[in-house]
Amino acid sequence: MSVIYILLAISIVVAVGFFVAFIIAVKSGQYDDSYTPSVRMLFEDELVKEKSDNSILTKKD
Amino acid sequence: MEHKTCFHCGLDATSSEILYDDKSFCCNGCKTVYEIFSANDLTCYYDLQNAPGATPKEVAGKYNFLENDKIVDQLLEFNNDDIQIVSLYIPHIHCSSCIWILENLNKLHPSVSSSIVNFGKKTVRITYNSEQLSLKNLVELLSSIGYEPYISLEDYSVGKKRIDRSLIYKLGVAGFAFGNVMFLSFPEYFEVGEFWLEQYKHLFRWLMFGFSLPVVFYSAQDYFISAYKGLRSKILNIDVPIALGALVLFVRSTAEIIFDAGSGFFDSLTGLIFFLLLGKFFQQKTYSFLSFERDYKSYFPIGITKINQEGKEESVQVYDIEKGDRLLIRNEELIPVDCILIKGKARIDYSFVTGESKTVTKKSGDKLFAGGKQIEGNIEVDVLNSVEQSYLTQLWSNDVFKKDKQLSFTTLTNRISKNFTITILLIALIATSYWLINDSSKALNVFTAVLIIACPCAIALSAPFTFGNILRILGKKKFYLKNASVIEQLAKINTIIFDKTGTITSNKEATISYEGETLSDLEESLLKSTLRGSNHPLSRSLYNLLADHDILTLDSYEEHIGKGIEAKHHEKNIKVGSAPFVGYSAVTSTLNTAVHVSTNNEYKGKFTFYNAYRKGLSKLFNLLKREYDLVILSGDNAGEKENLTKLLPPKAKLLFNQKPEDKLEYIKFHQSEGANVLMIGDGLNDAGALAQSNVGIAISENVNVFSPACDAILDASKFNELVNYLKVSKSAIKIIKWSFVLSFIYNIIGLYFAVTGQLAPVVAAILMPLSSISIVVFTTICTNIVGRKLK
Repeated sequence: MSVIYILLAISIVVAVGFFVAFIIAVKSGQYDDSYTPSVRMLFEDELVKEKSDNSILTKKD
Repeated sequence: MEHKTCFHCGLDATSSEILYDDKSFCCNGCKTVYEIFSANDLTCYYDLQNAPGATPKEVAGKYNFLENDKIVDQLLEFNNDDIQIVSLYIPHIHCSSCIWILENLNKLHPSVSSSIVNFGKKTVRITYNSEQLSLKNLVELLSSIGYEPYISLEDYSVGKKRIDRSLIYKLGVAGFAFGNVMFLSFPEYFEVGEFWLEQYKHLFRWLMFGFSLPVVFYSAQDYFISAYKGLRSKILNIDVPIALGALVLFVRSTAEIIFDAGSGFFDSLTGLIFFLLLGKFFQQKTYSFLSFERDYKSYFPIGITKINQEGKEESVQVYDIEKGDRLLIRNEELIPVDCILIKGKARIDYSFVTGESKTVTKKSGDKLFAGGKQIEGNIEVDVLNSVEQSYLTQLWSNDVFKKDKQLSFTTLTNRISKNFTITILLIALIATSYWLINDSSKALNVFTAVLIIACPCAIALSAPFTFGNILRILGKKKFYLKNASVIEQLAKINTIIFDKTGTITSNKEATISYEGETLSDLEESLLKSTLRGSNHPLSRSLYNLLADHDILTLDSYEEHIGKGIEAKHHEKNIKVGSAPFVGYSAVTSTLNTAVHVSTNNEYKGKFTFYNAYRKGLSKLFNLLKREYDLVILSGDNAGEKENLTKLLPPKAKLLFNQKPEDKLEYIKFHQSEGANVLMIGDGLNDAGALAQSNVGIAISENVNVFSPACDAILDASKFNELVNYLKVSKSAIKIIKWSFVLSFIYNIIGLYFAVTGQLAPVVAAILMPLSSISIVVFTTICTNIVGRKLK
């Protein structure tokens, strides 16, 4: 039953790992602006689309 | 005629006839921006949002102060070799297109290596190579695409602001510990006496103790500090019973595990702190794009052009201006100091200072006050006072700006908590003495149990959650409060004081009436075509007023700055503008602004502009008069007195010619007589009154532009709703009182267990979260019901 020491150790290490990740995330400013990233992540697709449009345009010219 | 809107900015482009790429534009400025974007493959800007742009303004020379290294240094966030980082506030940021274009700045200029938008704060943080691109060029680049940054004296030397994230850390620590302690304490809730549990329970208990340490000594430290401060100044605030409860919980639990007497209450302890911090976090709603602390610094420019003794122009920092300096004020620039006009014709817009939108014309030798904005051509002035000693800025040396309103105000929660703490201590003492007589072994147990169970978690939570939610609801209705305690203050108001200009009158609209000979159809369409070309605010409002006419092609068109406009169509000549300009010599005695018209040098008549009061004003006043004393304090002359008395209930007091200090003193006097004053104003001249009043509301046509320091900002379109917002604040207080009743019921149940000496950890662990969560649910439902009634 002393396996419980190992289990406890693992569970605490995992928990502390997540906790540290949270602190690092806050420290780096991820929670300072909670709106802009939600808009920014949608841009990628449009950029690609726009590039292909332009290549067609240049062909026409 | 087909209605067309500008592809770039969405304004009416029916009559501009500017076409490019099959798209219509309202002006050449908008067209130029489109050209820039299409040349750089950035037309995606227009796909994300319809007509997202703004017309770029003429900025030549405006940012010359950015050539001064000293000023630039203060604005930069980071400056090393050739890499510079700057954060700029751009008021126009309003949609996803804005984010997209600003984050793709490097396509417009390769020296920009990265740009990151913070939409909430309306800022963009730009990293660029300073050898190829100076800050001035960067600002001009942004201005040229319609994203002109706003740089004011407030930005000076605050480039490195520290953000306080301690509450999130504390909440994170408490939540982390709470979850883990819950897991560890779960086995002992039910399986007492089981073999394996008996063997390992010490390990579990010491682990819980370990998890609770950071919660008590880090997360909960604010409560201990606040309780200590309260006790030292002899106030029993809500943090006293909380700190007492947390302390007793920790000490008793530690003692229990040391003497192997039980599992302790670490689960309740960490849960309590977690819920309390959650409430604090919820209440801390801030509108990052608004500022409630503005003083003159946010209006004033950083740098200004000085003409030195050799007659050359140089940029100087505003604080370095000395008496006797000669300054050059450009068109659209703000006058930062009191001065005398030397050269040029001044037309000053004092709307920042007085809220009055009409401009004042000055001639050389006249005194100009700080805070005015020159709106016609360049002028040269001699400085009379330095910035700090100018008439406007001296208002801020009044004591009222130094004191914190919140400190002088006891909240409802703290008033309740005083009686609550005394009652709890009495119950604890009585119960302990009873057990000392009957069964002394239980006495200490009962004493600590009472303090633990009475810890007013639910009471402490009801106000933050109610106010926090009301704050959000009002924010959606365009009534932005500085913080939650403003709601409580609002509920206690009994006197409402209004400023006149800009507050109960609307700056946007004016009533225009025409006096003189009737204009023929041809003359009217000629007038309209003439006005179309002018950007003067009076021309614009007159243009919008005139009925639709065919637009004539003008043979000649000339704008005489400061006088009027002149145009010619076939043999017909028209002049629009000031009385002397159109050749009208009769003396006009009116206090109101007028535009005169003459055709073929024959005087026709004048259009007079009157103050337009906000729609629904008299209805609002009639609703308000039932419960509140109403006063109007105006800085203007009594010219509008007759009009106002007709509109307003007879009970309302009207006072004219009030200087900023007079307003402040008036409020101070009434407060000393026991009035709780709500001041509603808009200009910087109201700043003192807003600060002195119990609640100061700044009214604003556009909440993104600046308003003076205040407790709340109200969007002008919601002015009529004021009476309902006041009602909501009263309902909020009622909701809090009811949730107090609810939490008292929980406390009585808990006290029954405590006093009889049978408080098991499992009871506390159930009762505490249950009471907290039900209070949160109760206040959320009630506030949403109240909020739904608002339009």
